[in-house]
Amino acid sequence: MPALETKGLNRRFGALEVAGDINFRMEAGARRALIGPNGAGKTTFVNLLTGQVKPSSGRIFLDGSDITGLSPDQRVQRGIARTFQLNTLLKGLTVLENVQLPILEHRKEGGLVLSGVRAQDRAAEAAYDLLERLRLHDDALRRVSELPYGRQRLVEVAVALALEPAVLVLDEPAAGVPPADSHRMMDLIDGLPSSIAVLIIEHDMKLVFRFAREITVLVAGRILTEGPPDVIAHDPQVRDVYLGHRKHG
Amino acid sequence: MDIVNLGVGILFDGVAYGMVLYVIAVGLSVTMGLLGIANLAHGVFAMAGGYVALSLMNNAGAPFWVALVASFVAVALFSIVLERLLYRHLYDAGELEQTLLSIGLIFVATAVAHFVFGPLPQRVDIPHAISGQLTFFGETFPTYRAFLIVVGFVLFVGLWLGLDRTMIGARIRAAVDNRSMAQCLGIDTNLLFMLVFAFGSGLAALGGSLGADIIAIAPGYAMEQLVYFLIVVAVGGLGTIRGPFVAALLLGLGDTACKMLVPQFGAFFVYAAVLVVLLLKPAGLFGKA
Amino acid sequence: MQGRAHTLAVMRATRRLRVIELLPWLILIGTYFLLPSYLPLATQIIVMILFALSLDLLLGYTGVVTLGHAAYYGVGAYTAGILAVSHWSEPISGLLAATVMAGIVGLVTGYIILRTKGLTLLMLGMAVTLLLEALANHFNSITGGADGLQGIMMPPLLGRFEFDLYGKVGYVYAAVVLFLAWLVCRRLLLAPFGRSLVGIRENPLRMAAIGVPVSRRKLIIFTVAAALAGLAGALSAQTNQFVSLNSLSFELSGTVLVVLVLGGAGRLYGAFIGAPIYMIAQDTLAKSSPTFWLFWLGLILIGIVMFSRGGVLGLVDLLQRQLKERFGRNAAKIGEAL
Repeated sequence: MPALETKGLNRRFGALEVAGDINFRMEAGARRALIGPNGAGKTTFVNLLTGQVKPSSGRIFLDGSDITGLSPDQRVQRGIARTFQLNTLLKGLTVLENVQLPILEHRKEGGLVLSGVRAQDRAAEAAYDLLERLRLHDDALRRVSELPYGRQRLVEVAVALALEPAVLVLDEPAAGVPPADSHRMMDLIDGLPSSIAVLIIEHDMKLVFRFAREITVLVAGRILTEGPPDVIAHDPQVRDVYLGHRKHG
Repeated sequence: MDIVNLGVGILFDGVAYGMVLYVIAVGLSVTMGLLGIANLAHGVFAMAGGYVALSLMNNAGAPFWVALVASFVAVALFSIVLERLLYRHLYDAGELEQTLLSIGLIFVATAVAHFVFGPLPQRVDIPHAISGQLTFFGETFPTYRAFLIVVGFVLFVGLWLGLDRTMIGARIRAAVDNRSMAQCLGIDTNLLFMLVFAFGSGLAALGGSLGADIIAIAPGYAMEQLVYFLIVVAVGGLGTIRGPFVAALLLGLGDTACKMLVPQFGAFFVYAAVLVVLLLKPAGLFGKA
Repeated sequence: MQGRAHTLAVMRATRRLRVIELLPWLILIGTYFLLPSYLPLATQIIVMILFALSLDLLLGYTGVVTLGHAAYYGVGAYTAGILAVSHWSEPISGLLAATVMAGIVGLVTGYIILRTKGLTLLMLGMAVTLLLEALANHFNSITGGADGLQGIMMPPLLGRFEFDLYGKVGYVYAAVVLFLAWLVCRRLLLAPFGRSLVGIRENPLRMAAIGVPVSRRKLIIFTVAAALAGLAGALSAQTNQFVSLNSLSFELSGTVLVVLVLGGAGRLYGAFIGAPIYMIAQDTLAKSSPTFWLFWLGLILIGIVMFSRGGVLGLVDLLQRQLKERFGRNAAKIGEAL
């Protein structure tokens, strides 16, 4: 049973096809990178997976069950979490509070049936422990707005992890992270639990080749090819797509 | 026969009323779509236009057409001042701030109108040329109402063609679609928005003046008529020209029918209908979801 | 380990009741003994605080900008009033019935209203209020129409306390109701539920991405806010023993919005600050010239928007920051403890 699978996933905007007949599989514990030139539809694909965009046709399966009709929050509850290209943290809250919130929601303690103070404390503890594992605990009480952007990107990943997903999708996690901090991001990604299936969209090839055990190449909304990193690196088609069409004038 | 009479009367008055609503509200729709500003004070421009035109006609003896043009220009200029002083700072602000600003403006305008003109509605003297009655097929209609219908229709067609067929129309449509891209293409969006805002406000003034016979010009105008302008824009679909036209007609007809057939219920059925329409189509009849 | 313990202690401290939070209650108690002739006005202020508090849940915390909140106040007022006139004697159960009624109306209309946003949402709120006003006007045999619902006779509270002419019993009644409502709101807002509301206001996309059913939660808070508004309306009906069509007016929606923003929205206590200021100012100034009052109110609103979005509490924040800069961390610590 693959952790995540799509069958014939399709998305059109009028005559424009942004996702075409995508058949995608990812096993539990996978380390997959999704690459492709700008405008290839990578973020659209992720939006289709997590539910921000509805497909024109096709199905999506999470651990075997069909999640195509579910809303984003329902999909999160089924076990797929993501980060966004641009940070979406709650700027006025502290780092700890930002991580505590998804933990409470995940434990179904965020609703109107008010959780007791003990549940809040337990969630705060769990949040701290998670931050400690990611070596972000020093910033626990700082407001997100006070953190440098690179550090915020790390917290963004922590928030997704707090949801204890089976599938984690990271949308350009290194984007906007200054080179000095990017090793921290790479360490964090290295240290992700091996049971989680991780899909990363990235342009930073250093990160891609360090992290990925398999690479999917997306071009114009369709999968061009898939394979292990060294095969992809030497694939002439892939090189064409990245170097552009100068040969064809 | 009587029912036909009543029906024709409702039709005629309703369409005329709808046209007035359209002329006033279309500026709000475009401004909303263009600037993204919830300008609830749009009715203030209509009221101001009415006061300017009627003052010129009643106190200065100015001809009808002059008064109309003067109200358009005066209010358009006034709106530019407001835009520069106040609105401009709120383009990025939240909806709450824009709403509060608009309400504040309505309060101030209402108080000033009350102070300067007194609480009673302004007298309206329709110029001789377009007053009186017309006779079609054995039915009589007030000429002025017919005049309003014609004006509204001409404006609608003019705006439609203007947006579709002219360069400036193309620029406006581009800027509404994607402001930063339009700027990259060399379109001065600041100037453009200011002009469109002024034009929309001027239209409101025109509508207020023309419609003074149907919607009386009194200090409470901006607050009392607000919901009708909003209905036109929301039911029609924000940012469009066609949507408000249809919505204004429907509202005009619906409201007139209610007033004539079930006056004891007030506008209850109108509001209920609005709720049903928006339940089925939250973005309005012609809006983009 | 020390970092962990310290951090968790700080987190727990945010829930703590601060000394300054007792201030409103001290003032309420003080007023009873020190200003007995002003009790009727004070009761009206309490009602307005409750009303504005209900709006704060919806607007201040969740970010739903509405001009139709008076609808639910009116439903509560008329329900309580009609019950009393129809010889449903007991005040407290009448209060509860009115609250539930307002909640139901809130649930149904909230479902329609929350499917829209921006100007449309604003308009729909107004339309609901106007619709209800038209209904109340039409069924004037039940509601009293434009003359208002009169002849509300309130039997003794709890069978013992007569609603007296000086308004003493009414005042205590209102104060207790406000206290209970405040307890509920405070608990709600300091809990994760309240945090998620702020999240919904600032970033609904993010909240959905952490598994929050955003639409459902908005509807829940809308219903709760409507119910509380109904509670305020019912309280008004019972203590004033009169209900007018003004309870269902767009004007009232605007007033409660102004009151909340004046004090500072999204802070729980904005209502407690804005309501007294507004009502006292209106009581003194509006009598001489309503036009004058309207003019200055509009100007103040514009001023708030242009200069101090957070209302009075926003100004207090600013002051706190300035003090911190001038007098260092000790002064700030005292401020935070308060």
